[in-house]
Amino acid sequence: MSKPIGNPLDVPPNPSEPFQPRSGQRGSGFLSGPHRLGTTPSATVGPYLAIGLSWADGEFAAEEGTSGGFWIRGTVVDGAGAVVPDAMVETWQADPDGGFPSPEDPRGAATYPGFRGYARAQTLSGEFSIFTLKPGRLPDGEGGLQAPHIDVSIFARGILDRVVTRIYFADEAEANAEDVVLRGLSDEQRSTLIATPGDDGYRFDVYLQGERETVFFAV
Amino acid sequence: MTGTTTGGGLHLPRYTQEDAATRTPVGFPDYRSTGLRAPLRTPVDLPHRLTEVTGPVLGEDRVLAHDADLTWRNEGEAIGQRILVHGRVLDSGGRPVPGALVEVWQANASGRYRHVVDNWPAPLDPHFDGLGRVVTDSLGRYEFLTIKPGAYPWGNHHNAWRPAHIHFSLFGRAFTQRLVTQMYFPEDPLFGQDPIFNAIPAPARHRAISRYSLERTQDNWALAYEWDIVLRGVDQTPFETEDDGDVA
Repeated sequence: MSKPIGNPLDVPPNPSEPFQPRSGQRGSGFLSGPHRLGTTPSATVGPYLAIGLSWADGEFAAEEGTSGGFWIRGTVVDGAGAVVPDAMVETWQADPDGGFPSPEDPRGAATYPGFRGYARAQTLSGEFSIFTLKPGRLPDGEGGLQAPHIDVSIFARGILDRVVTRIYFADEAEANAEDVVLRGLSDEQRSTLIATPGDDGYRFDVYLQGERETVFFAV
Repeated sequence: MTGTTTGGGLHLPRYTQEDAATRTPVGFPDYRSTGLRAPLRTPVDLPHRLTEVTGPVLGEDRVLAHDADLTWRNEGEAIGQRILVHGRVLDSGGRPVPGALVEVWQANASGRYRHVVDNWPAPLDPHFDGLGRVVTDSLGRYEFLTIKPGAYPWGNHHNAWRPAHIHFSLFGRAFTQRLVTQMYFPEDPLFGQDPIFNAIPAPARHRAISRYSLERTQDNWALAYEWDIVLRGVDQTPFETEDDGDVA
């Protein structure tokens, strides 16, 4: 029989054993400047991500049936033109009013009905699908507004650190022309970030390599 | 457009990034699958704005009671060496990350994953599915009970074996902090031939290896391993170019 361990997180604080960074520096407070902890190195999600990362509601950045909701569908394509069937695509975005359901937003966390802002979808069928709402425009920190966009992370076997891109929308041409990120790119680069209208929403294909390689971002 | 917030006055954090010398590259030639999948062009710098410094709140509502004990499934006990895996989730400033969802998955004691793609001839265990989830407590601590995963062959090169490892997926508070990684066990003799481990630059490899945790080993019950996970933290150095005018 399995021995009960109770609440596994209910561990009493033990002040006689303060956290000690692996570097040997005594942890006497928050660290800054050169005394920072080294971050844990990334690794590939591997071929078996479906075991650990499948959620029944993963594809829904907005609840099914939310007014104004649509699907974004697409493929992830490798350098030989083959569809990648074991990738995971994650998205994070603002709600239609430009708020985030996140306490990290300095303007305060927003609560838009039925909106999570985050979705994850695997490409087992050859395609990923995300149900969401069109994000609002956001200040760009330089006095202008960003165009509606979705931040995207892609994980897969054969990718050791997530790759990051953005989805913009073909029917936001005016906003796109003002967007500080898109303005920094060539026409050809920009076209890799634009989702195009599809049957029930938009289409956004990701090219990991090759002539049509999607623009990826260092964040 | 309704509700659009106009610019000005927003002070956003900037998240630090490791130098390339201590960061896993996206591709690594010895790991063959990266050949056609790792992007080849230099990524474009994306300054941290609202979308990058925010992130989803995913916590207790995604976790069930049995998710922190992987050793009991289908009304039976998993075969293998019982281990307690514990540690803290911190940012690079040393601050704990409380309330963070930690998702883990792993092979069983014989090195087999419960997945249709994994069909090498090692037995499946009807009482082990290899999935765990926990949320960090107010001090950023996590722990789960599992069995030590086995090594397994994977065909990357002749007689290639993955060192025993547990997959981890973490959210911090911000999009920039998202991390998917693997935890290894100390002094594994398979490290030397594993390109996934060796893709990590040498000065950072120790950060992926757990520590045998004698103090949490449970008498007559389980061994223990400790692994602290460090996410990117906020850069505390002052901006030197703030308010230097229109850059458009």
